Amino acid sequence: MAEVKNNKRRSFLQLSTISLGAIGTAGFIWPFLKSMNPAEDTLALGSTEVNIADIEEGQGITVKWRGKPVFIRKRTQKEISEAKAVKLEDLKDPAIDDDRVKKDEWLVLVGICTHLGCVPLGQKITDMKGEYNGWYCPCHGSHYDSSGRIRKGPAPTNLAVPPYSFINDTTIKIG
Amino acid sequence: MSGPAEPKKYKNPVLNWIEFRLPIISYFEREYGDYPMPKNCNYFWSFGALATIILVVMIVSGIFLAMNYTPHTDMAFASVERIMRDVNYGWLLRYIHSNGAAFFFIVIYIHILRGMYYGSYKYPRELNWILGVFIYLLMMATSFLGYTLPWGQMSYWGATVITNLFSAIPIIGEGLKTWLLGDYTVGNATLNRFFALHYVLPFVIFGVVALHVAAVHVHGSNNPAGIDIKSKGDTVTFFPYMLFKDALAVCAFGVLISAVIFFGPNLMAEVDNYIPADPLVTPAHIVPNWYLAPFYAILRAVPDKLGGVLLMFGAIAILFFLPWLDRSKVRSCNYRPMYKWFMMLFFVNFFILGYVGLKPAEGLYLLIARLGLIYYFGFFLIITPFINWIEKPKTLPASISDIYLGMNK
Ligand code: HEM
Ligand code: FES
Repeated sequence: MAEVKNNKRRSFLQLSTISLGAIGTAGFIWPFLKSMNPAEDTLALGSTEVNIADIEEGQGITVKWRGKPVFIRKRTQKEISEAKAVKLEDLKDPAIDDDRVKKDEWLVLVGICTHLGCVPLGQKITDMKGEYNGWYCPCHGSHYDSSGRIRKGPAPTNLAVPPYSFINDTTIKIG
Repeated sequence: MSGPAEPKKYKNPVLNWIEFRLPIISYFEREYGDYPMPKNCNYFWSFGALATIILVVMIVSGIFLAMNYTPHTDMAFASVERIMRDVNYGWLLRYIHSNGAAFFFIVIYIHILRGMYYGSYKYPRELNWILGVFIYLLMMATSFLGYTLPWGQMSYWGATVITNLFSAIPIIGEGLKTWLLGDYTVGNATLNRFFALHYVLPFVIFGVVALHVAAVHVHGSNNPAGIDIKSKGDTVTFFPYMLFKDALAVCAFGVLISAVIFFGPNLMAEVDNYIPADPLVTPAHIVPNWYLAPFYAILRAVPDKLGGVLLMFGAIAILFFLPWLDRSKVRSCNYRPMYKWFMMLFFVNFFILGYVGLKPAEGLYLLIARLGLIYYFGFFLIITPFINWIEKPKTLPASISDIYLGMNK
C-alpha cells in the first residue's frame, strides 16, 4: 500500500522536475536565439532623403535605403496610362496603380525581386525591361510592369512600395 | 594499497600505462588493425578514407586561412585578395581550400552512389546511412556558408537567393529569414555569423563522421556482392591490407587534386566572384556551386515559389527514407538485373540535373530539368518500392569465398 502512495509522489516529483527543467532551459535559450535578430543599431538606420530635381521623365535612379536598393522613377505619360489601363483580373497580385503611387509621375519601389531577392533590371536605359515595360529579373525570369506589379514569372507578389513622403517638390524622404 | 595489477599487454610500457587508464590502444587495434574487411571489396571502398582525409585537410587549411581573413563587409574581399597576393603561400592555402571543397563533394558523391549501388543502406546499416545523409547536409551547409566569405558578387547573391528560400514558408518565413540574416538584407551581421558557423560546422561534421564509422564497424562493411560475412576466410584484416590499399588510393587522389590546384585552380570557380559584392547590382547569370546545382535545377523547374522550395528540400530529405523505400532483400545491384539499370539512369539523371542547374532556366534546359525532376522522384517513390514485384534477382553466392572458387578452375 505504501508503495502506491510513494509512486504517485514519485511521478509527481519527476514530472515537475522535468517541466521546470524544460522551462528553465527554454528560458535560457531565448536570449541566445533573440541575439540573432537585427540589433538596435541595424533597426535604427532609419530614413534617407533624396533630391529628385534632376531626374528627367522616363528616367530612374537607384538609391540605398536600409541596405536595400530603392527605385525612384519619373514615369512618362505612356507608362502611366499603361499602368492605369490594366484590368485587375489580369494581375497575379491585384493592386490598382493609384494605391501604389502618391503622385502619378513618381513611382517609388523597393528594388528587390519578391521571388528570391535579386535586383531586377530596368533602371538603366539600356537594360532589358521585360515584356511589360517595367522591370525584368534575370535570376529566374520575373516580369514587372510600369507600376512594379508582377505579371509573369515565379515571383509571388508585386515589388514593394517603401514608406515615403514628399518633403517638397524636389525632395523625397524614404523611411 | 595496490589496485589490480596493471596488465602487461604490450611491450611498450607507455602503451600499457595509457591502455590501463584509457583503453584506446586496444580500441584502435580492434577497429583499425584486426578489423575484418570483406576480401572482395573494390576501390569504391576507399572513398570513405579519402573523404576523411579531405575533411582534415579542409579543417587545417581553413584554420590557416582564418588567421588572415577578416569577416567584415568592408574588408572581407580585400583580405582574401591579400591572402592571394601578399600572404606567404596564401594562394596555395586558398586554392587547396576552394578546390578541396569541390573534390570533397566529388568524393562524397562517389561514396554515396557506391552505397546506393551496392545496397549498403539496407538492414542492418540503416542508421549508418542516415548519419551519412546527415553529414552530406552539413557539408552543403558548410560550403554554402564558406562560399559567402570571399564576399564577391556570387557570394553575395548566392547568399541572398538561398536565404530567401526560407521566406517562401508561409507566415513565419519572413521573420525566419530576418533572424537568419540578422538584418533585412545580407549584410555585415550575416557575414559575421556565417564565418562563425563556417568555422564550427566542420568540427560537428567530424563528430558525426566518428559516429558514422563506429556504426559501420558494428556489423562490418558491406561488399560488392552485398552478402554477409560468413567466416573468417571471407575477410582480410584492415592492417595491412586495407590500409595500404587506401594509401594507394590517397596517392592517386593526391596527384589528381594537385594537378587541379597547381594547373587549373580556377577551373571550378565562378569568375563573377572576383568582383566585389554589390548589393545594388545582381549579376546577369547567377549560379550556385556545381555541387549544389542538381538541387538548384529542381528549385527552378517548378514555376511556384513555395512548391520549388518544398521539392528542393524534399529531394534531399527523401534520401533519409531510402532504406525503407527499397523493399528488396537483395543488397547489391550486381544481382538485380533491372534495378541496376534504373540505378545507372539515376546517376546519369543526377548529373544532367546538375548540368542544367548551371544553365539559364528557360527553353530546352527548363524542359530537361522538369523531366529530370520527374525521374528523380519517380526513382525513389515508384521504381525503388515496387520493382521487386517484377524483378527476379540472380542467385546470390553462398559466401564471399565461393565467388572466388569458380574462378580458379
Ligand atoms: C567541411 C569542411 C569545409 C568546407 C566544405 C569548406 C568550404 C569552403 C568554401 C567552399 C569556401 C569558399 C572558397 C572560395 O571560393 O574562396 C570556404 C572559404 C573559407 N573557409 Fe572553409 N570549408 C571547410 C572548413 C573550414 C574550416 C574548419 C575553417 C576554419 C576556420 C574554414 C575557413 C574558411 C575561410 C577563412 C574561408 C574564406 C577564405 C576563402 O575564401 O578562401 N573552412 N570554405
Ligand atoms: S529572384 Fe527574381 S525571379 Fe527569382
